[in-house]
Amino acid sequence: MNTLTDAWNWLTDPAHWAGDDGVWHRLGQHLVLTVVCLVISCLIALPVALVLGHLGRGGALAVNISNVGRAVPTFAVLVLLLLTPVGDWGEGPTVVALVLFAVPPLLTNAYVGMREVDRDVVRAARGMGMTGRQLLWRVEAPLAMPMIMGGVRIAAVQLVATATIAALAGGGGLGRIITAGFNLASTPQVVAGAVLVAVFALLVEAVFEAAERLLPRRGTR
Amino acid sequence: MTAPPDDCLARNEWICGDYLSTRRHILLDAVGQHLQLTVLSVLIGLAIALPLAVLARRWGWAAGPVLAVTTVLYTIPSLAMFSLLLPVYGLSAALVVAGLVLYSLTLLVRNILAGLRAVPEDTRQAARGMGYGPVRLLLTVELPLALPAAMAGLRIATVSAVSLATVGAIVGFGGLGNLIYAGMNTYFKAQVLTASVLCVVIAVAADLLLLGIQWLITPWTRARRG
Repeated sequence: MNTLTDAWNWLTDPAHWAGDDGVWHRLGQHLVLTVVCLVISCLIALPVALVLGHLGRGGALAVNISNVGRAVPTFAVLVLLLLTPVGDWGEGPTVVALVLFAVPPLLTNAYVGMREVDRDVVRAARGMGMTGRQLLWRVEAPLAMPMIMGGVRIAAVQLVATATIAALAGGGGLGRIITAGFNLASTPQVVAGAVLVAVFALLVEAVFEAAERLLPRRGTR
Repeated sequence: MTAPPDDCLARNEWICGDYLSTRRHILLDAVGQHLQLTVLSVLIGLAIALPLAVLARRWGWAAGPVLAVTTVLYTIPSLAMFSLLLPVYGLSAALVVAGLVLYSLTLLVRNILAGLRAVPEDTRQAARGMGYGPVRLLLTVELPLALPAAMAGLRIATVSAVSLATVGAIVGFGGLGNLIYAGMNTYFKAQVLTASVLCVVIAVAADLLLLGIQWLITPWTRARRG
């Protein structure tokens, strides 16, 4: 239990929160990294999933991409990119690796959500003379919204968790506190950093949970 | 001093046959460590998840807490997980295995429980009517019927464990991750690419192997279709 006391002491030392290596700075980097990657991933995955789901094609593609995505270690992608010319763009490799990591769950969830929309409702909407575009925006997408948001939530939490790996390759974020702790052979700092990341990930989970409860549930009874 | 050899190692190319032949032992050792870490953690995970799922099925009130705890564990970042376990296990392979076990629990418990819940009530009642006791019912009816869902979870858990094990490089026990980590620091392209590709190959091979096992042990799913 001594380590936990030491970790607590590390966390409550104001000196560790200030400055470029401080918690606040790393937390900010972590947040920016997560948000940027989440937005890019959504911009890539959701339109594709919505269109494929609307057309009812490419289901096997979405599922397979998701399975292959799980097999590729993010850490390996990150290091591979780091050694290519992309490595010269600062946080470029991290962003690309994390986006590749976040796209599969977004794609699969949104696609499945679109396909699970009641076919009778879709037929009824078509019978009312809705065009494909209207059907997509006014019927299918709103009804699929809970599943789509579920995917965004999974992607967000996993991004927070995985963004720590960036520190292994010299990137910023909370992972830096952990890797610096390893290099200094300071177990209290390692544990303190780990607690910070875990709490941050759980907070993001809680924020999404709250948002899902507070937002009006369109399309569900 | 002789002129440096002009081979793909000296030119630091991504794909290099000489790397494969000269570092074969390093690669084989890393693959061995990787397989050990993954297999051990998935097996331990399965040994813990199965009773948890069965208990959660038997006593409905236990399902909520069991699922909540395993889900929270899954939210903890891998790098953080390995570091949080550091005071308990020190810098050891057991640390990485423990971390991977905790991750596999979420996927395994969830899927086994879903499989058990999907067993039709009629089937259970029929078995009870035939005089099956609770243990026999579980072993010969419920668990076999839950197999497809459980195997789906096992496949995801295994593939994820193969890929997550690389992060174990932070404590020096990451199998192929060690090679990737070392290759990053020395800018050794062939080593990074080879180790990464091997990771994916192991993951895909493990997935196919489990798919094959599932095909072999669930003959009834084929009979129905054929």
